[in-house]
Amino acid sequence: MRSWAHKPVTSNHSTSCSLNSHASADSLFKGLTRTFAFLVFALLAAILASLVWGSRETLMAYGPAFLWTNEWDPVNSVFGARVPIIGTLLTSAIALLIAVPVSFGIAMFLTELSPPWLRRPLGTAIEMLAAIPSIIYGMWGLFVFVPIFQVYVQPSLVNVLGKLPFIGGWFAGPPFGIGIFTAGLILAIMVIPFITAIMRDVFELVPAMLKESAYGLGSSTWEVMWKIVLPFTKSGVIGGVMLGLGRALGETMAVTFVIGNAFRLPQSIFSPASSIASALANEFNEAGGMQKSALIELGLILFLITTVVLALAKLLLVRLSRSEGVKT
Amino acid sequence: MFNRVFKQITVGVVLSTTVFTVHAHSTSVTGVGASFPYPIYAKWASAYKAAQGVAVNYQSIGSGGGQQQIIAKTVDFGASDDPMKAADLELNGLFQFPAVIGGTVAVVNVDGVQPGQLKLSGPLLADIFLGNVKKWNDPAIVELNSGVVLPEADIIVVHRSDGSGTTFGWTNYLSKVSSHWQRTVGEGKAVKWPTGHGGRGNEGVAAYVGQLKNSIGYVEYAYAKQNKLVWTQLQNRAGQFVQPDHNSFAAAAIHADWQGTPGMGVVLTDEPGAESWPVTSATFILIHKKQAKPDQGRAVLVFFDWAWKQGAEAALALDYVPLPQEVTDQIRAHWKTAFTSTDGSALWQ
Repeated sequence: MRSWAHKPVTSNHSTSCSLNSHASADSLFKGLTRTFAFLVFALLAAILASLVWGSRETLMAYGPAFLWTNEWDPVNSVFGARVPIIGTLLTSAIALLIAVPVSFGIAMFLTELSPPWLRRPLGTAIEMLAAIPSIIYGMWGLFVFVPIFQVYVQPSLVNVLGKLPFIGGWFAGPPFGIGIFTAGLILAIMVIPFITAIMRDVFELVPAMLKESAYGLGSSTWEVMWKIVLPFTKSGVIGGVMLGLGRALGETMAVTFVIGNAFRLPQSIFSPASSIASALANEFNEAGGMQKSALIELGLILFLITTVVLALAKLLLVRLSRSEGVKT
Repeated sequence: MFNRVFKQITVGVVLSTTVFTVHAHSTSVTGVGASFPYPIYAKWASAYKAAQGVAVNYQSIGSGGGQQQIIAKTVDFGASDDPMKAADLELNGLFQFPAVIGGTVAVVNVDGVQPGQLKLSGPLLADIFLGNVKKWNDPAIVELNSGVVLPEADIIVVHRSDGSGTTFGWTNYLSKVSSHWQRTVGEGKAVKWPTGHGGRGNEGVAAYVGQLKNSIGYVEYAYAKQNKLVWTQLQNRAGQFVQPDHNSFAAAAIHADWQGTPGMGVVLTDEPGAESWPVTSATFILIHKKQAKPDQGRAVLVFFDWAWKQGAEAALALDYVPLPQEVTDQIRAHWKTAFTSTDGSALWQ
């Protein structure tokens, strides 16, 4: 009995002691985590600073004209970023045009329509796609996809879409198999698992009651998805799309394999071109002087494009949530 | 009991590794640079290690890196595919000599055309790569190839997308044979290509040409052979059509003016001689003339001396061409006067 009475005292004592030490450990831990968090800012600033410093030669020589100059001529030391910027934006746009609807369909099937026994294997298969290294996509694209695409798909695309009024020129040109469109297609396959995984996860968060109510009112699956699930999850969906876009903008090896690596303004989406990342991967190794500076400035531009895209996405989310408030 | 045995073994292993490392460290040389000769330098180094016990560590980081690192004195020798200019050699106190030779060949993918069958001339190649000759049945191609059936198809040009010594040699050749090429494109490790698709590395170009029907590209001879690509004949400066092989590469090296070129920096394109292959290239070694550590500098020279004497077979097996005896004799003669240690004594006798 006595020992029983005694025990809580000691344990109390020890608890207060450990509370004290907890407090100091806590503040230490807090400081440590804060340091790590600020380390991110420091790193970001350092990367930005070194990119600006590395590209000072071309920044001073060309100024903003670098952005819209077509030339890329290492022999005469004339450099412009227009072709790689267009290549980067076009391939990423094509990738999203294909990947977003497909991912939406997959996520919708997985959460709403798929029989339960199929969900897990399908979900795992899609996650496995995300685990494949990008160079494998590049090699598969060049050695397997391109020959099939060149012989069986591209000629009919050129024949059918090339004859359309106004936009026909976008699809014209000889079928090489490699080029902007192929790069966009490979990128789409690469970003589909990312977008799908996030869409599926946020779709699953929609309260069953909301969906059941809609079904109860006689809605079709499409109406439930379009009018209940999507409005409820739009910020998550946009986040997933942005993650995919981020990957598409910066993807290097897969694009380098199939984009055709030409520094000429593309005539159609089947023309060869360069992306910023592929230009860096190709030329950095043997570059020097102005060329190296121009390549680092390309890196700086990619950095800024990514930042602007992320900022726009945040802005979009803020506006969406504001309009939500107005409606209710 | 077991523990004791184990401890003894561990101690033994640790001791022997320490001894070994110290030994290896005292006799090893380091070089960095061009990727084109990496396979043969690595092969020579392993054979040399087995025969002489001296380790030669070579890392392929690219020709530009090789030049930068030897100037910064972080390595014993640098390697570069494009020769350093005489003024730069002088400025940095470097001596340059060729180490081994390779050839660049034009490869095509045209139905029915066999390896070594198609004949092309330099000016015609330049016109194709400029995009002026657009079809395979262009009169300029047909004229040189009577008896070969050529399709009425667009020519797809394939070039290197990465900066490379191969591109330097190729564009240097096109500049020598076509004034139009020289004016509009010029020569360099990366140039502004007027037409075509870019493949990354020899393997990238080989893959594109292998897959794209009616394409033409250029790769190092070894890649064309290993990937069973269809190479062409080329017309050399003497007007002869020659096949790319060890003999025609070596012929170009023999006819080159090594003595008259500062820094022995001969680009072996468009060389005279009836048998010379027109797009041959040497790859170069850079060493500091003044050696603060003469043993290290001497070790590099001894290695290449050995490689020229003993490594010819290894080079041929990897589709490189050893330097002809005449050339290596000239280089060794230069070594006697070129290198001194800081106390003024010659490094090579």
